[in-house]
Amino acid sequence: MSKKESPMRTIVVAVILSLVCSVVVSVAAIKLKPLQETNKELDRKLNILIAAGLIDGQAQATKKQIEETFKQVETRVVDLSTGEYVEAPAGFEQRKAAKDPSMNVQIEEDIAGIRTRSKLANVYLVKKDGQLDTIILPFHGYGLWSTMYGFLALDTDTTTVVGLKYYDQAETAGLGGEIENPKWRSIWPGKKVLNEQGKPVIQIVKGEAKNENQVDGLSGATLTSNGVENSLRYWLSEDAFGPYLAKVRAGEL
Amino acid sequence: MAFDKQEAKSVLFSPIFNNNPIALQVLGICSALAVTSKLETALVMSLALTTVVAFSNLLISLIRKQIPSSIRIIVQMTIIASLVILVDQVLKAYAYEVSKQLSVFVGLIITNCIVMGRAEAYAMKNGPAMSFLDGLGNGLGYSVLLIVVGIIRELFGSGKLLDFTIFPTIADGGWYHTNGLLMLPASSFFIIGLLIWALRTWKTDQVEDAE
Repeated sequence: MSKKESPMRTIVVAVILSLVCSVVVSVAAIKLKPLQETNKELDRKLNILIAAGLIDGQAQATKKQIEETFKQVETRVVDLSTGEYVEAPAGFEQRKAAKDPSMNVQIEEDIAGIRTRSKLANVYLVKKDGQLDTIILPFHGYGLWSTMYGFLALDTDTTTVVGLKYYDQAETAGLGGEIENPKWRSIWPGKKVLNEQGKPVIQIVKGEAKNENQVDGLSGATLTSNGVENSLRYWLSEDAFGPYLAKVRAGEL
Repeated sequence: MAFDKQEAKSVLFSPIFNNNPIALQVLGICSALAVTSKLETALVMSLALTTVVAFSNLLISLIRKQIPSSIRIIVQMTIIASLVILVDQVLKAYAYEVSKQLSVFVGLIITNCIVMGRAEAYAMKNGPAMSFLDGLGNGLGYSVLLIVVGIIRELFGSGKLLDFTIFPTIADGGWYHTNGLLMLPASSFFIIGLLIWALRTWKTDQVEDAE
């Protein structure tokens, strides 16, 4: 018994155990990494395609279908302050860039509750016969409990919604979580998010929507609905995608 | 160290109703509240926890004679944490959708009292085979409760089971008015409370003496 409790032995056991455990964990992490990355990438592509209405969100799309359909989508990077396309720095990831002080900016009128945003942003373009057909913008903002990440697909007039899809959120399941419900998503296409001056006017209202700038809110999820409205309003504003969308409308890009 | 069939059976099955880790010992409640709004997540969580508690018991029992008692809790934690990370990585690689829904709760298995409790109370004193069974049994006990709560919450909270519509809800043009309370974590408290009541009415020896 005394031998088992000696300080030397304690250290030896601790060192061996730590070594074995760290090797096991590292090997697993490295071996599974490629598979996890593909999953993440595939999930992102799938959500972009669902937002653009190119894949039915209800049906289980196979990996091949997703890859095949995604060939229609062109990924570009936009400098939000000028609205011009730029070359993406190697390994650019918008979500990481939003937290990186060298790549982000502080938001002054922070209605979306996200504090900082990346200077550059991804946009996804769907072209049909060489003509721009749909623009898909990533956007995010704070809901009731969580930052909600989504994609908004717009027609080339940059005003008419083609589709909206949230892909990462942790709102109350069954209440705020219904922003992912296909039923609620289906009321978005055809809504107008901007007015004639290009200002965001989209509104999420309680009860019935009365015009094409209004969308029915989710019952029991007022704060989540407000979050959705504010995120969209921020990302469509002058401070974010506004300059880019103006250029698209003018046909400059 | 003879392998006693009778004892093995009781070690494996008694945690399900007679000595249920959630209902009798009231351990591991936090994850039971969080992941039971849908049956699917409850199932995956049950599977993850059962795997972790069974294998952590097995491994800890295997090296129990080598563990110096001064650092035994840390040793147990290290083994449990490694297993949990493994499970989490595997889920992310092979069941991405579900792992997204479970989010932090798989990681939180590390702090689940059931796993630590069984390691300390059983695996440190018993042989590997029995410890494995004990882990499996306790995992099953946790699973049974989670699955029952998951069924109640998903069925009455959103009218579905495993995403198949059972009661067409009003929102989808049916007749069933969903119960929003059941979608909130707090409702698990009520359900688990009622289940404990039911279990103790059935097995009266579980009733605690009045203080």
